[in-house]
Amino acid sequence: MCKTCGCAIPAPAQQSVINPALKFTIVDVVQDLFAANNLTAAHNRKHFDENGVLAINLMSSPGSGKTTLLEATILALRTRYRIAVIEGDLETERDAERIRACGVPALQITTGTACHLDASLVHQALHQLPLADIDLLFIENVGNLVCPASFDLGQHLNVTLLSVTEGDDKPAKYPVIFRASDLVVLSKTDLLPVLDDFLPSRALSALRGLGVATPMIHTAGRRDLAIGAWIEWLKSQLENRDIKADVQEINAPAEQDASTLCA
Amino acid sequence: MHELSVCHALLTQVADIARAQAAEAVECITIEVGPLSGTEPTLLLNAFLVMRSGSAATATLVIERGPVKISCLRCGVNSETPPNRLICTHCGGWRTRVIAGDTLCLKRIEMRMPEPTDRTHCLNSEPIQYV
Repeated sequence: MCKTCGCAIPAPAQQSVINPALKFTIVDVVQDLFAANNLTAAHNRKHFDENGVLAINLMSSPGSGKTTLLEATILALRTRYRIAVIEGDLETERDAERIRACGVPALQITTGTACHLDASLVHQALHQLPLADIDLLFIENVGNLVCPASFDLGQHLNVTLLSVTEGDDKPAKYPVIFRASDLVVLSKTDLLPVLDDFLPSRALSALRGLGVATPMIHTAGRRDLAIGAWIEWLKSQLENRDIKADVQEINAPAEQDASTLCA
Repeated sequence: MHELSVCHALLTQVADIARAQAAEAVECITIEVGPLSGTEPTLLLNAFLVMRSGSAATATLVIERGPVKISCLRCGVNSETPPNRLICTHCGGWRTRVIAGDTLCLKRIEMRMPEPTDRTHCLNSEPIQYV
C-alpha cells in the first residue's frame, strides 16, 4: 500500500513515492556504498583471471615486515613462479626498489595522503605490468589495519601480517581486517624468545573470537629465516588455481630451498 | 580516514539518483553503517558536512547503526554480539556467520521536487494504474 495516500498501488522493487501536493519524493534504495569500487575490482579480477595471475593483497600495520617477507618469498620462489609486486605507500619509491633488487618487476603507487589502495589505483598500475608473464602478483597495501580492509582491489586472497611486537590482542582491536583475511601471518616470530608479553595462543584465540577459521602461520623474514609454512601455503594456493606455471614447470629449475636463504 | 572516500561514493550515488528523478534538492539521506562495516559514523558525518554540495548542499544525513547479529553454524541459534566477539551466546561455538552489522549502504533519499505545474502535466500524461 502506498505510504503517502493509502491507495493500493503495488510497490515496485525500488520504490519511489511521489506526492505532487508536497512536491516531495522519497526513493528507497539498497545500494552498497562500495558499489563503484567493487565494479572496478571485479574488472581487475577479470584481468587477473584472463592472464592466469593469482593476486594476493598483503595488509598489515606499518613496519610489520610485509616488504621483508616479500623479499624472502621472491628469493624462495622466483625460479619456479613469475612474480611481480604492486607497492602502496604514501611516499617514496623505496619498497619498489627493494623488490626490484630481488629481480622481479615492481610498481610503486604513492598515494600522497590516502590511507589505502583502491581498485582504481590498482587498475592504473596493472596496465603497467606484463600480466601475461606473471603467475603471482602481490599487492602490498598501505601499512594500516583499518582502511585497506574495506576496499576490494580485485585480489583473490587477503593476507594480513601481525608482527609479534604489536601485541597479541590485535584481532580483537581490528576485527574488520582480520575477519576479511584468508590467512594471518604472525611475523618476526624469531623475536618471541625476547618478548614476554606476546603469546601466539592468545593471538589465535583473539582471531577465533571473530568467528573465523582463518589459518594462522608463523614466519621470520630476517634472522633465523623461517618462511616454510608461508611458502607451502602460497604453493597450495597457486596449485589450486591451476595456473600457467604448472605447464611450464618442466623447464623451470628447482626452487631455492627457503631454509638456505639466511644471509 | 577512508570515510572521505566513502562519503565521495555516497554523494556520487545520491547525485545520480537526484538527477534521474529530476529533483530540485536532496533533503535527507539515510544510510546504514554497521558496526562491522569498517566505517566510523562520526567521521563519515564530519566528512559529509564538509563535502555535501550541488543538489545535496543542505541535505541532512541520517545514519542507522543496527546491532551485529550472528548465526551459529553448530547450534543454529542467532544472537547479538559485540563486533569483536562473534561467538555464539547460546553454545559458545566460534564457527559463526555474520547475518547483520557488516553493511554499508545507501537506504533512502528524500528529495524536494520542482514546481507542481510540471508534475501535474507529467501525471496527466501518464495516469496512475489502479489494480
